Amino acid sequence: MEGFIHSTESFGTVDGPGIRFVIFFQGCPMRCLYCHNPDTWKIGTGTKRTVESLLAEYDSVKEFMKNGGITCTGGEPLVQIDFVTELFEKAKEKGIHTCLDSSGITFTPDSTEKFERLCKCTDLVMLDIKHIDREEHKKLTGHYNDNILAFAKFLSEYGVPIWIRHVVVPGITDKEEYLFRLGEFISQLKTLKALDVLPYHTMGKVKYEQLGIDYPLGDTPPLDKEDAVKARDVIMRGLKAALKKRK
Amino acid sequence: MERQFYDEWEGFKPGRWSNTSINLRDFIQKNFTPYDGDDSFLTGPTEATTKLWEQVMELSKKEREAGGVLDMDTKIVSTITSHGPGYLNKDLEKIVGFQTDKPFKRSLQPFGGIRMAMNACEQNGYTVDPEVVKIFTEYRKTHNQGVFDAYTPEMKLARHAAIITGLPDAYGRGRIIGDYRRVALYGIDYLVEDKKDQLATSLVRMTSKNIRLREELSEQIRALGELKKLGEIYGYDISRPAKNAKEAIQWLYFGYLAAVKEQNGAAMSLGRTSTFIDIYIKRDMDRGILTEQEAQELVDHFIMKLRLVKFARTPEYNSLFSGDPTWVTESIGGVSIDGVPMVTKTSFRYLHTLENLGPAPEPNMTVLWSTKLPLNFKKFCAKTSIKTSAIQYENDDLMRVTHGDDYAIACCVSSMRIGKEMQFFGARANLAKCLLYAINGGVDERLKIQVGPKYRPVTGDYLDYDDVMAKYDDMMEWLAGLYVNTLNVIHYMHDKYSYERVQMALHDRDVKRYFATGIAGLSVVADSLSAIKYAKVKCIRDEDGIVTDYEVEGDFPKYGNNDERVDKIAVDLVRTFMDKIRKHHTYRDGVPTMSILTITSNVVYGKKTGSTPDGRKIGVPLAPGANPMHGRDTHGASASLSSVAKLPFRHAQDGISNTFSIIPDALGKDDKVFMGDLDIESIAKELNEDGV
Repeated sequence: MEGFIHSTESFGTVDGPGIRFVIFFQGCPMRCLYCHNPDTWKIGTGTKRTVESLLAEYDSVKEFMKNGGITCTGGEPLVQIDFVTELFEKAKEKGIHTCLDSSGITFTPDSTEKFERLCKCTDLVMLDIKHIDREEHKKLTGHYNDNILAFAKFLSEYGVPIWIRHVVVPGITDKEEYLFRLGEFISQLKTLKALDVLPYHTMGKVKYEQLGIDYPLGDTPPLDKEDAVKARDVIMRGLKAALKKRK
Repeated sequence: MERQFYDEWEGFKPGRWSNTSINLRDFIQKNFTPYDGDDSFLTGPTEATTKLWEQVMELSKKEREAGGVLDMDTKIVSTITSHGPGYLNKDLEKIVGFQTDKPFKRSLQPFGGIRMAMNACEQNGYTVDPEVVKIFTEYRKTHNQGVFDAYTPEMKLARHAAIITGLPDAYGRGRIIGDYRRVALYGIDYLVEDKKDQLATSLVRMTSKNIRLREELSEQIRALGELKKLGEIYGYDISRPAKNAKEAIQWLYFGYLAAVKEQNGAAMSLGRTSTFIDIYIKRDMDRGILTEQEAQELVDHFIMKLRLVKFARTPEYNSLFSGDPTWVTESIGGVSIDGVPMVTKTSFRYLHTLENLGPAPEPNMTVLWSTKLPLNFKKFCAKTSIKTSAIQYENDDLMRVTHGDDYAIACCVSSMRIGKEMQFFGARANLAKCLLYAINGGVDERLKIQVGPKYRPVTGDYLDYDDVMAKYDDMMEWLAGLYVNTLNVIHYMHDKYSYERVQMALHDRDVKRYFATGIAGLSVVADSLSAIKYAKVKCIRDEDGIVTDYEVEGDFPKYGNNDERVDKIAVDLVRTFMDKIRKHHTYRDGVPTMSILTITSNVVYGKKTGSTPDGRKIGVPLAPGANPMHGRDTHGASASLSSVAKLPFRHAQDGISNTFSIIPDALGKDDKVFMGDLDIESIAKELNEDGV
């Protein structure tokens, strides 16, 4: 099987545990305003790669992959779920740690067969919840978040470890109410292992210029690290409050 | 020789080092105490250290304001004993000694070449005393003059066109590491006795080789005598072994100081001293006569001195090296051949000077890295690197196989057993330019004159891989021969007119000499050949028919992406050129080696190299060392490093350097923003308990 791949990175240190071989998938249905990889949006383009060639490329740098493994990101890898599944199945045969970085947007609660098969060969899902509020999510990404939240619960039920990622953008997702609600939501995830709060940065801007697209967030300033720490604390407060209530 | 166990050695475990012969490795292996703990024992600077360092910073500021040089000696020719004592603040300095009679005053060293010494002075607004000029012009020949007496016109032309470049023919070759630890462990008298014994047992059939050896040994003995006097100048009797840590550092430093008073070599490296010194510090602490604070102070003051080593250089020299480097390299860590990490508390203390005194490029702290180093030390190194960017790393697992466990690095990457191996430093040949010569039939693309042999140039509009490779092979053959022979001249003359007598006095008699060569432009050539092979490269000729530029049509694999197609070209290139070097006679039976090293001079080499078939334009810097060309490694660090790691150490034994930069954020998550180890159940449990 072949997949459409945007590129690979042989020294990923921020996309999962350890040093990782990161595969950027080409194609994404979301149009997040703050996306820093707009060059991976277009579906059906990119370089055609086989599972074997990607695993061979991993092998050529595996000495460096201390406590790491393979991460599929993008783009949205699950646009090509069959390819990801085959890749992860073959990786697991070789004992490689597999991590999926996804928005969960392609999840279909009514037909989960493919996702069940994927869960069996996935060691970790980094689920990027863009916005906890349904309407705000639509504004931010072009889609409602129903399926995404359902995907989170699905992973929790299937026992797949989850890292929740959340980008804090000034004026969009940094409102205390939203952060608190996000905390409440993720408190339901039994397999939650980590919370990764990403301060919004403007490094993607240059790509928009190169692609000749207007940058949707204009002059929105990057978020200070201190503010990201504050945001993280609010999420954790929400998480704890919800847990307390439930007891 | 009669061997006695000195009182100063009390508490040391005896061995071959004490009852047979000079053997630092044996001493260290029998006596060092490995440390696998963390950095929590380290202490900050003492008041004296802070005060002295403030004084240094003040002087540094003045030096900068004065245009880079604060003071120069113009009259006294620097020798081991040429100057009276110099101090920053005699009352505060635990370790003493400067190259001249005061700090920041650069010494006059004309033995390498009087013109270079005069230039260095003049460019900085000083004038060498006419009497000195007269002596070194009329009566005393210098290394530089000797070299130019023997150079052939072809050598001069190749040097002028910079296809062979950075040659140590007008300045000290450096790269020789005296085993300065010997001064501390044995004291001068023992070393003199040993050298006399060597002389007495040397061959007496007077071939030129044996005559030279006898003369050199006599010079070495004389140098040791002067070294003893240097101690006396500062009020120390170093004829006997050092009896405590302070003396050990001081004795060792006197040895090094003597070397930099006599030689202004391009790299004047220190060796591998931290674990040796640790044995003394540990003994003093066990005896209750030294505290941690005092130990760190000794180390801080020692490192401070090493930071203040200065030479009189010309602006051209400084532009070649992007500054005023001295390459006081100190090798730290590594693993013994029986598998024990040689990290000690003093390894930490040395690196900790980067914190206590602030980051600095000198001394060039080089960690001999092994996968077997203790985790705590690795963490400390990583922490210090992130904070200071001032640590160099070298692969001990690779070099230990060749050099054992008592080697050190000279300059950036040149490995040698301390006191047993030395090297003849040979700068480098520009392989990128050589490729252009192959294409243009030996005509220099910038100077438009015939420099190389007049072989048949490339004639078509497009470059053909097989045709270029055949021509390149011939041109490399020529270059290797000319290069080795040029170096033969240089080292012959350096030995004759500027012999490193005190450094060689701290070596065994029968040393192994490496004949070091080097190459520049590896990644440019690999990419150029890849472009010729996998894309189409069109020649652009000037009005005289000389190819001066290239147009690349299509894409091609680039070195630095772990792509076998081009990496193999780089690997083959290294082996091919090294094999051509090996074909030639070397001075004093030197064992030929090669480095792929340029940490800064790649910029100047690039200036002198025309456009290349990889699309690089005339004057653009070459990549440093074995680095991929800037911006062409697009698959991340592991892929980039993997390409470099393929280069065979066997054919580049003088070292392969890779200058690696990474922004801290790309090294991993900050624990402030990232919450790992979340566990809902245990949080819930905690909350429950709180609630009760």
